[in-house]
Amino acid sequence: MPDIHDVVILGSGPAGLTAAIYTARANLKPVVVEGEPSSTSDQPGGQLMLTTDVENYPGFVDGIMGPELMERFRDQAARFGATFVTRKATQVDLSSRPFRIWTDAAHDADADLEARALIVSTGARSLMLNVPGESRLLGHGLSTCATCDGFFFREQDIAVVGGGDSAIEEAIFLTRFARTVTLIHRRKELRASKIMQDRAFANEKIVFRWDTVVNEVVGDTKVSGLSVTNTITGEEDKLAFSGVFVAIGHVPNSGVFDGQLDVDEAGYIRTTEGSRTNVEGVFVCGDVQDHIYRQAITAAGSGCMAAIDAERWLEAAGHG
Amino acid sequence: MSEGIATLSDATFDEHVKSADTPVLVDFWAEWCGPCKMIAPILEEISGEQQGKIEIAKLNIDENLDITRRYEVMSIPTMILFKDGEPQLRVVGARGKAQLLQELQEYL
Repeated sequence: MPDIHDVVILGSGPAGLTAAIYTARANLKPVVVEGEPSSTSDQPGGQLMLTTDVENYPGFVDGIMGPELMERFRDQAARFGATFVTRKATQVDLSSRPFRIWTDAAHDADADLEARALIVSTGARSLMLNVPGESRLLGHGLSTCATCDGFFFREQDIAVVGGGDSAIEEAIFLTRFARTVTLIHRRKELRASKIMQDRAFANEKIVFRWDTVVNEVVGDTKVSGLSVTNTITGEEDKLAFSGVFVAIGHVPNSGVFDGQLDVDEAGYIRTTEGSRTNVEGVFVCGDVQDHIYRQAITAAGSGCMAAIDAERWLEAAGHG
Repeated sequence: MSEGIATLSDATFDEHVKSADTPVLVDFWAEWCGPCKMIAPILEEISGEQQGKIEIAKLNIDENLDITRRYEVMSIPTMILFKDGEPQLRVVGARGKAQLLQELQEYL
């Protein structure tokens, strides 16, 4: 039988690591199931691992790189005794306490971890286009990580698909390398914040292609362009690009809790009273429960709430 | 970085992968790539555990454009396995340890 931990935290973005800092400082010896490396936002450190300058995290006057910020969060949690498992939760059983968590493909009778209190901070991952050519050309000119792959498109014509803050952020970042960046958005106006929009409109390298949806990523062994349709006129077009970056939004990583935790229509975990969920002893924080704010600072704040709620609940249950 | 992981360059690449006794997994990486940093410790572990079966080496793409272009690396991390100097297998994107080992299985 595995040891029973007071607190297990699933996920290691700003929410999970803040919960780890607080519960570690409360001497609850949290175990953080931090995720597995990948080139998507579903990885240890979360979405910030794929960003460059974070300019709105309070305290960092001149900004800080996303991966560095997450490294600092992690070091701070480790300093107070949090430990880390570099795996993903593949199955959970929340029907009785202690809660049971599996982190491998073989779901043996014995779980890999057992927890008196569980903090869920599994975040959200990037949506893909789901069009022909996309998965075949991923890594061959099609990318989900501008900061990783922008370098390869010096003096080339590339596209960013999307219209929110992350799409604009990527487009602006990519103008450091590319000759032109065409922003392809299915509507006539951007969802991005005013300051990001102003920056994008002021950037001479960024070209906008409104009311346009992608039908196919075109290319033989590497990306050569996009086949698109104008949603107003119905006109189809082939556009030549050597690189395509996808930033069309996010979907919560709540699938592993299906049928156990209440979620809304879009899959975000529902909270009741602070960070509590429908299962007593399970707390939730960060983007897996937030489709409105989705900021590093709000995720961190909700992680702190979940830690305090978990600590008080454990104490009341006689484990504190 | 552990002693077992060689740092390759445009100048040393060909000689190194051709003369190696075991297949060489070359990690194309850069300082500014978050996922590259995440897999670094995994590659160190594999390097230690699979000694004599497979060698791990790193190539910084910022400093070594010739080799990076020759193998058409367009996304990092990319790992390419070379045997007798010839590319055998290409892994694009970061992976967990178990999954990476599974993809390399045939060469271990």
